[in-house]
Amino acid sequence: MRPKDPLLQFTDKGIYCEKGGFFIDPWRPVDKALITHGHADHARWGMKNYLSTPITEAIMKYRIGADINSESIGFNHKKRINGVHVSFFPAGHIPGSAQILVEDTSQRWVVSGDYKVIEDSISEPFELVKCDYFITESTFGLPVYRWRTDEEIFGELNQWISENIENKINSVILGYSLGKAQRLLQGIDNSFLPVYCHGAVYNMNEVLAAAGMDLNDYKPITRDTPKDELKGRVIIAPPSVLGTPWLRKLKPYKTAMASGWMTLRGARRRRNADKGIILSDHVDWPGLNATVKAVEAEHIYVTHGYSDIYVQYLREQGIDADVVKSEYEGETDTE
Amino acid sequence: MKHFISLFKKIDSTTKTSVKQAALVEYLQKSDGRDSIWAVALLTGKRPKRTVNSTQIRTWAAEESGIPLWLFEDTYHIVGDLAETVSLVLPPVEKENLKPLSEYMDLLTGLKDKEEEEKKELVLSIWRSLDVTGRFIFNKLMTGGFRIGVSSKIMTKAIADYAELPEDVVALRLTGRWSPVDLTLDDLLKEPDEEERLSKPYPFYLAYALEDEPHELGDPDEWFAERKWDGIRGQIILRDGQLFVWSRGEELITDKYPEFEILKDLFDHDIVFDGEILAFSEGEPLPFHLLQQRIGRKNVTASLMKKVPVAFYAYDILEYKEEDFREVPFSKRRALLEKVLSEIDSEIINLSPIVSFSNWKELEPERENALEYKSEGLMLKHKDSIYQVGRKKGGWWKWKMDPLTVDAVLIYAMRGHGRRANLYTDYTFAVWDDEGNLVPFTKAYSGLTDAEFMEVDRFVKQNTIERFGPVRSVTPELVFEIAFEGIAPSKRHKSGVAVRFPRMHRWRKDKPVEEADTLANLHKILNIVT
Repeated sequence: MRPKDPLLQFTDKGIYCEKGGFFIDPWRPVDKALITHGHADHARWGMKNYLSTPITEAIMKYRIGADINSESIGFNHKKRINGVHVSFFPAGHIPGSAQILVEDTSQRWVVSGDYKVIEDSISEPFELVKCDYFITESTFGLPVYRWRTDEEIFGELNQWISENIENKINSVILGYSLGKAQRLLQGIDNSFLPVYCHGAVYNMNEVLAAAGMDLNDYKPITRDTPKDELKGRVIIAPPSVLGTPWLRKLKPYKTAMASGWMTLRGARRRRNADKGIILSDHVDWPGLNATVKAVEAEHIYVTHGYSDIYVQYLREQGIDADVVKSEYEGETDTE
Repeated sequence: MKHFISLFKKIDSTTKTSVKQAALVEYLQKSDGRDSIWAVALLTGKRPKRTVNSTQIRTWAAEESGIPLWLFEDTYHIVGDLAETVSLVLPPVEKENLKPLSEYMDLLTGLKDKEEEEKKELVLSIWRSLDVTGRFIFNKLMTGGFRIGVSSKIMTKAIADYAELPEDVVALRLTGRWSPVDLTLDDLLKEPDEEERLSKPYPFYLAYALEDEPHELGDPDEWFAERKWDGIRGQIILRDGQLFVWSRGEELITDKYPEFEILKDLFDHDIVFDGEILAFSEGEPLPFHLLQQRIGRKNVTASLMKKVPVAFYAYDILEYKEEDFREVPFSKRRALLEKVLSEIDSEIINLSPIVSFSNWKELEPERENALEYKSEGLMLKHKDSIYQVGRKKGGWWKWKMDPLTVDAVLIYAMRGHGRRANLYTDYTFAVWDDEGNLVPFTKAYSGLTDAEFMEVDRFVKQNTIERFGPVRSVTPELVFEIAFEGIAPSKRHKSGVAVRFPRMHRWRKDKPVEEADTLANLHKILNIVT
């Protein structure tokens, strides 16, 4: 059941708490923004004040600007804003990613942002927060999306890398620079270290390391990196390098694209990478259904992904749900 | 099936023919003959009759996965491949148990006359014993159609390499009617017995389209030009007083064209013709759409034969008095063909005429006016050309007329399949009628670059008016030049016409939607053609 006097509203600027006077992950400039995580479709430019976890704050200072007005809050701490309580809980999506609980005496709302329930080696594990109203993504909200464990995924990836090393071929692994790249770095067998990184990935690693994350050994690829050094190495780069001259220096190489979309053969073939690794930061179909049930909410709001289909499915399962419009993008190549 | 799965993965992950061929050879070496023959058959599109239909597969898969059927269907439209959707929605396997490829095929063919319950039980038990890739392959075995880019050319080369036989011998053995049900690959490659030899067609020689100007071919005196007929390419075989008619798709179609039976009385020796089966009346070919009434028909009635009479335009002779003539230069084969046909008198087999010319310029109007002759253009054949195997460059070229075109408006879009899954790439196009309504007249799926498809996909998502299941109607705004090869009257289509091989020739970004073509114009083209 929808609330009569909702604590959070869906506006054309983003998710809004009138009583608290703040927005969550807004897509237009506002005075006060609470940010779930550092990806560009959630943490945007132009807010007068930001509130996030410390790691997300570090990411925003690097991406948006060191001079933003921001404040940070640790996980599981309560903060009072104009008579409304807010607290941040791990979302398991990328380092620093949070679900934001907004509550007053009558309603508990959870804005989950982007999340993932399967554990990985870099994100604080997802914590289930029971609530009255749950706002969820559905990026992979179709029954074909079911993730394997990191152990299985990296077992296969490491096997592929060993074969390449045997043939003195570079293994170029493509994944976006915040989150995916570090998860790849941590999942790779230690005997393959150091990992060589594209500038975008290297800079993000530096930001996260400075914020206190313990990362495997990595090196930047620069103009001065000798070509001889790059033989049979593991290289992590954003997907945008496919088809650009940057790759030429790495010859001979094979490419592997890491994304949840690699589940589908059509997407793998369209991508033109040598290998597809099914690796996602988002919740899969079983995880999504389990979460939506376990939060025991009265009403579910679906912001992005296969929203229409998923809401119809939830209603058939006897769960009240609505599609709400947002400008969140789910898993893209450009993050 | 382990080897077959790994073969599939290797072929699917490369575009290089050399890698595909090497993978095939490796597979043939590792597998036993019963598996090999199935692999050859399946990968070259020779599939057994389906014993389980698509509705059954969808229903069982949804049930087994515990999801509603509509959700399965919606998911299928997004994934774009039934076998793949099923393989992914089913619950994860507990213990994998692979059987040999031929065993799966035997199990499936064995389901032919079984009750639905029995079919379901078998399919479910196999699904439960396979992981995602195994299920995907098994589903492809059930539904047929492994379109993964193994041409008969690659297959022939791989088998030749494996069996240490010349390629043309392998090509000959693979041609014609054989069934993987009761053969091994080695059986197929053996010297055929007498009965089989009698019916065996030669592999067809196929031409590429001419890319350059014809004068690049050199001296016109060295070339023959013929009309390129718009019918069914076929081989007529007369051996030991028996008649066999084969289509280019290597289907035995003797029974569909009883007209040719009288040829048995006209020749007292073996002979094999290559040519075109056409609807024919009073010495003139008729449009293709008439022949279409005969193609699908198994039961050929006297009235149908009267309504759509059929004859053969012969343009080559491949065997004469038990001798293989394929290595003889074309000018000599042609001379023999002319002599042979001049000695008999029949309306059923005609000589496809030579179009004479002394310089290339003279040929141009012949090509442009192809429709007046009920043809599609010209064939250029070198006088010294031998009759080759498969599609080869050099000796023969097809020089087709320019396609017919109209400018049409995109009004519906649907998601594509395969590498275009999840993108709106299948479109319906419309033209204006007299009252200013857009009337749909064709669908088209090809002709745009990947970048253009992405652009249209974005347009579709942002300009959707209504959704009907997988189809979206969109604001009529985009105009495309649609090219097609032929046009015929049609009662089934609202527009009253049906076009052949439609594709998007050009995106007319310069053209406002009001200036797209009219239905009247389309009917004008129809009248010229028929």
